[in-house]
Amino acid sequence: MKFPIYLDNHATTAVDPRVVQSMIPYFTEFFGNAASRNHAFGWGAEEGVEKARKQIADLIGANSKEIIFTSGATESNNLAIKGVAQMYAEKGNHIITAATEHKAVLDTCKHLEKEGFRITYLPVQGSGAVDLDMLREAITDKTILVSIMYANNEIGFVQPVAEIGKICKERGVLFHTDGVQAVGKIPVNVIADNIDLMSITAHKLYGPKGVGALYVRRKGPRVQLTAQMDGGGHERGMRSGTLNVPGIVGLGEACAIAQREMPVEIARHRALRDRLHAKLATIEESYVNGSMESRLPHNLNMSFAYVEGESLLMGINDIAVSSGSACTSATLEPSYVLKALGLGDDLAHTSIRFGIGRFTTEEEIDYVADKMIEVVDKLRELSPLWEMFKEGVDLSKVEWVAH
Amino acid sequence: MAYSDKVLDHYNNPRNVGAMDKKDPHVGTGMVGAPECGDVMKLQIKVNPDTGVIEDAKFKTFGCGSAIASSSLATEWLKGKSVDEALAIKNTDIVTELALPPVKIHCSVLAEDAIKAAIDDYKTKSVQPVHAGAAV
Repeated sequence: MKFPIYLDNHATTAVDPRVVQSMIPYFTEFFGNAASRNHAFGWGAEEGVEKARKQIADLIGANSKEIIFTSGATESNNLAIKGVAQMYAEKGNHIITAATEHKAVLDTCKHLEKEGFRITYLPVQGSGAVDLDMLREAITDKTILVSIMYANNEIGFVQPVAEIGKICKERGVLFHTDGVQAVGKIPVNVIADNIDLMSITAHKLYGPKGVGALYVRRKGPRVQLTAQMDGGGHERGMRSGTLNVPGIVGLGEACAIAQREMPVEIARHRALRDRLHAKLATIEESYVNGSMESRLPHNLNMSFAYVEGESLLMGINDIAVSSGSACTSATLEPSYVLKALGLGDDLAHTSIRFGIGRFTTEEEIDYVADKMIEVVDKLRELSPLWEMFKEGVDLSKVEWVAH
Repeated sequence: MAYSDKVLDHYNNPRNVGAMDKKDPHVGTGMVGAPECGDVMKLQIKVNPDTGVIEDAKFKTFGCGSAIASSSLATEWLKGKSVDEALAIKNTDIVTELALPPVKIHCSVLAEDAIKAAIDDYKTKSVQPVHAGAAV
C-alpha cells in the first residue's frame, strides 16, 4: 500500500495516465492555435478540440455544438448564471438556487443580488433534497433561471434533476445544473433530465485542472448567454480566449473513458463505499450525513460525535480526506452544507467526507476503516463530551461558556 | 496547515489525560468552550491544602490538535506551581511554546480561561466550610 492514501476525490482526482498520454502530442506536435484556420498547425489543434467536443457531448447526450470550453466549473457557473441573468434581464430578474450549492454558484448569485436581481435560496430537506413543491411555489413570472446542482460535493446527494428540469420546462424557466460531481460518475443525459445549461470540469473526472465546459442547449429552447469576457469571439461568441488545446483533449479523453467504464466503475465504487460504511457504522454514535438512498456511489460523509474533525484528521494523517469542521476552513465556520441539512454545529464539527476514486483499492478501504476506529477511540478517551455522554449528561442542557 | 513538532508531540502523547473527583474540596474544575464552537476544555487541578501548591492536574479536550496541545501543555505547567503562580500563566506563553499560528490563538486563550476557571472553582470551594461526614 502506498501512503498517504487518497480519499478526497470530490476535491480533485489524479489524472488518468491514459488521459496524460492523449494530451502529450498537443503540447509539442499539434501545438497550433485552434483558431488558426489557414495552416496545418491550426487544423491539427482544431481536430483535437472537435474530437474532444464530441466525446464530451456523447457522455451527456448533447450535440457537439452545445459544448463551450472554459477554464473550469467556477467559470462555467459564472458564465451560465451571469450570462443568463444579463441576457434575459428584460424578461425577469428572479433566480432560484439552493442553500447547499457550491460557492461558485452562491457567490455568483450574491453578486447578482447586489446588481438588483432577486435570488431565492431554497432550503433543503434532511437528506439534502430540494423540495419540489417549494420549487414550484418559488417560480414567478419574473423567474428566468433555476440553478440546482446535480450532485452535492460534500454529502453526494443526487438531486431529482429530471423532475426539477421538467418543472422548469413546464414553467418556461431555464435550468442550469452544476454537474461537476456527477458527470462521468453517474449517468447524466441533458435531454432526459431537461437540462438547459450544465457546468463540467475535467479535474473531477480524472482529467487535468484548468479546463472545463459549459453545456448550452441549442434547441428547445435555444439558450443565449451574454459573454463575460470580451475578445476574439471564440466558442460561438460566448467565451473568448485561445483554447487550452491539450487540456480540452484531456477533458475529452477523460469523458470517453468515463463513458466506457462507467457501469463497472459505479459497481466497484459502490462496493468499496458500502464496505467502508459498514465498518465505520460499527463505531458507536456515528452518523451518516445525507441520505444513503440518492447518493453518489463513491461518496460517504459521516459524523463521529464527541470527536472534533480536525483532531481526527490529525490522527489519520496518512489518509487524505476532508472535514466539515470549522477548524479546517478559512472562515472558522462549520460546513454550511451540513448545517443546511439541519445538522447542529456540534455534529458538523465532527464530520469527515470520504471520496472514493478510480485508483482506490479494497486494501486501502480496510486500512482507513481500521485507522478511523482506532483514532476515534483514542480521541474519545480525551473528550470531555464523550465522558459526559457516557455519564448520561444531556449535553443540550449544559450551559456552555462559549468563547 | 503544518503543525509544529511540539503540537504533534502533545497530540500524539497527551500528558495528564483524565479526570479527578469534582466533589473533592481540594480539586478545582474548569470547563470552557462549547461543542457548537468546536472546542470544549475541561481542566482540573488538585491543590495541597497545606502548601497551596498544585500537586496534580488533569485535562480532557474536545477540539483541534492545537486545543489538545494547549491544554496538555497547561497541565504540565500547572503541576508544582502555587495557585498564584498558575494565575500568571498567559495564553501568549502557550502560543510561543507551541508555535501556534494566528488562526489557533483562540486555543491558547481557551487554555488560559480553563486554568482561571479551575482556580476560581477551587477558591470558591475552599472558602466554603467543609462539613465532615456530610454526604455528597
